[in-house]
Amino acid sequence: MSGLVVSQTVLLVAFVTGKLLERSHYRNIREREKATFTQPAITFEAVDDEERIASAELALGAVVVSVDHFKRFLATLRMIFGGELRSYSSVIDRGRREAILRMKESCPDADLYVNCRLETSTISNGKGKAMGCVEVVAYSTAVRYKK
Amino acid sequence: MIVTNVESLPGKTIVEHYGLVQGSTIRAKHVGRDIMAGLKNIVGGELKGYTELLSESRSQSMERMTAQAAELGANAVINVRFSTSSVAQGAAEILCYGTAVWVE
Repeated sequence: MSGLVVSQTVLLVAFVTGKLLERSHYRNIREREKATFTQPAITFEAVDDEERIASAELALGAVVVSVDHFKRFLATLRMIFGGELRSYSSVIDRGRREAILRMKESCPDADLYVNCRLETSTISNGKGKAMGCVEVVAYSTAVRYKK
Repeated sequence: MIVTNVESLPGKTIVEHYGLVQGSTIRAKHVGRDIMAGLKNIVGGELKGYTELLSESRSQSMERMTAQAAELGANAVINVRFSTSSVAQGAAEILCYGTAVWVE
């Protein structure tokens, strides 16, 4: 009986704090995305005007994210019926946007980030079918134009 | 040493290719970090300890790659790719590879 109470408390705590953390993280991401709006990250390799380029270097950003206990519980329920795990996609989405922002922040004075690549890898497995933690890496070539 | 992940080096011309260079490292996380991450797993979000650990190992594998390129006499590494894989429970390998070139 006491075990049930404990596990329900953990679920509730995870739900409340997880929700709050996610909301504040999204607010933070949106602000930083606005700030770096003029320095786009693109996925193609070629730059049209090569003469204008002053320098190029590798920009890299990484983040390890994990799913909260409540979302893991939702996912276990979802796995009975199948379908999209919406609770997980928001976590990966946060991770990916955070990684891109960190990549931009690693070379803050660049004008353009070309050949941007995203990579996701599981670094530890959760129990059973549940997702453990996931690492998202974003990297690109930061290009500075001649002033 | 200039490192980029595009096939050419913008604003410079490639004079010579030296072939593939690579660097890799396998790191295990320590128990303290594991316990902290276990607690953080309840509420979700970023696991800072792991992020740090992986970025340390990534810069080490990049150092190894550039050291190999310098040995060959290159001054830049282009078309760099990264990959991460978990080789054992609690240990991750980080591989970084690219083409060593001489640019002017």
